Amino acid sequence: MTDVYIVGIDMIPFGRYPDASVPQLGAQAVLLALDDAGLSIKEMQALYAGNLLMAGSMIGQRIMREVGQTGIAVVNSANACATGATAFREGWIGIKSGIYDLVLAVGVEQMGKGLIGEAGRSDGFIEEGVVGSNTTPAMFAQIGLAHSRAYGTTFEQFAKVAVKNHHHSTMNPKAVSQRKTPLQEVMNAEMIAYPLTKLMCSINVDGAAAAVIASEAAVKRLGLMDRAVRVRASEMSSNPWTPRETALTDFNAVTELCAKATYERAAIDPGDLDLVELHDCFATAEIVHYENLQLCGAGEGGRLIDSGATMLGGRIPVNVSGGLLSKGHPLGATGIAGLYEISTHLRGKAGRRQVDGARIGLAHVAGGAPGTGSAAVVHVLEKV
Amino acid sequence: MNDVNRPLAAMRFLNIDEAGKASLIGSRCEACGAIVPGQKEVCACCTARGRMVPMKLAEHGKVYTYTIVSRSFPGVKTPFVSAVVDLDGGGCLPGVLLDVTPAPSAITYDMPVDVVFRDTGQRAADGRPFVSHYFVSAKGDQ
Repeated sequence: MTDVYIVGIDMIPFGRYPDASVPQLGAQAVLLALDDAGLSIKEMQALYAGNLLMAGSMIGQRIMREVGQTGIAVVNSANACATGATAFREGWIGIKSGIYDLVLAVGVEQMGKGLIGEAGRSDGFIEEGVVGSNTTPAMFAQIGLAHSRAYGTTFEQFAKVAVKNHHHSTMNPKAVSQRKTPLQEVMNAEMIAYPLTKLMCSINVDGAAAAVIASEAAVKRLGLMDRAVRVRASEMSSNPWTPRETALTDFNAVTELCAKATYERAAIDPGDLDLVELHDCFATAEIVHYENLQLCGAGEGGRLIDSGATMLGGRIPVNVSGGLLSKGHPLGATGIAGLYEISTHLRGKAGRRQVDGARIGLAHVAGGAPGTGSAAVVHVLEKV
Repeated sequence: MNDVNRPLAAMRFLNIDEAGKASLIGSRCEACGAIVPGQKEVCACCTARGRMVPMKLAEHGKVYTYTIVSRSFPGVKTPFVSAVVDLDGGGCLPGVLLDVTPAPSAITYDMPVDVVFRDTGQRAADGRPFVSHYFVSAKGDQ
């Protein structure tokens, strides 16, 4: 089977775009990615569109209205916070299988403010505050304290994740927030769900990111190898059975499973990675995913953040984009934005936040909601 | 009890009998031993079909993890303690832990809790009350 490459990739700056429609935001990212590749929509053979909050409203087709309705196959996908990575992976499958040799993937979201979701159920019963909590911060607070009970991880260690990622975002002009937050400010911010303060929760924003994906033959035919990034692995898992997953959605086993498959497929060890963008939807999530992605051993996540190893300049920089905590988390766009960040470093174009000499990077997302289930997607990208 | 007053179970793993008495229902897989809340036909753990046997879940357990919800959806009263409880003998449920100070210092991992069933105060469109399970500290056996 052919190797698969990213030949164009970009994102709009994450922020608030109240005057733009979701298809317009998606179209902006598509045009940026096409320009990055130096290609036209006429050369694209399929579009894979990821959007969560308007799933069911044919976002991909409506994006085509904004960039040119060439009649190509359009697939719309929704997979919680793994939506964008899922769309990209569908495109990767299309190329890998040999069916297509040039396709587009786009992820886009326009979000409200405040908590995601709502209290009511179709029969009128409100579970919230009765059957525990269905807010996403409560879910990741409970996941964090499960780590604390097992390994003694502290509130301060979780807070340090936010300090680090907010610091990283000061070097990313496309992050919605580019402001440093000292440890005391993070810990003294409004408590949302202990141990998560407001500054330890990702920011709801509008955003879009897109990629042009190509077969090796297409890259060579078009002379695009100078800007190509190789997709060395693309893996996806759903949450396997675990005894507590109906009470507390699992993001650990699903990520562990996906990471293990990814390292096998890519034939690399975690030690080969130069940088990682992982799904820090909440500060607690970053700590557990250090371990799930094998960046450290079980129970060592708290010590890893203490050591500074995941800072820019450390042994394994994590979320140098600012992460979801500071770059922002437009659900459907997040997965492709993570791939954009890794690609930008592999191309040596990340400016002040550049990870020197980056050759191999990993992008991870984990999506799910209280009471549902979860999806993990992991990609490994490699400098050509 | 006539139908108009008969309580409605807030969750599928809650059963309310003819007399209005509530209990927790679960299923145990005869093939692999997995225990899950609610009724199931197929075992999600080992995939065995037709081996899930209905069982009553214990009304006593231990706190696995928790959080104190300080901000919630509009209209929901805060703070409250959301807890994930491992039930004795198997099964794990989410719920609200009542009658404790909503502070980390007041809650310990593995603290024993009892399951109680109470009127949630919420009513269905036909006026019937929703009954749910809650957790309370089982001080008696500490």
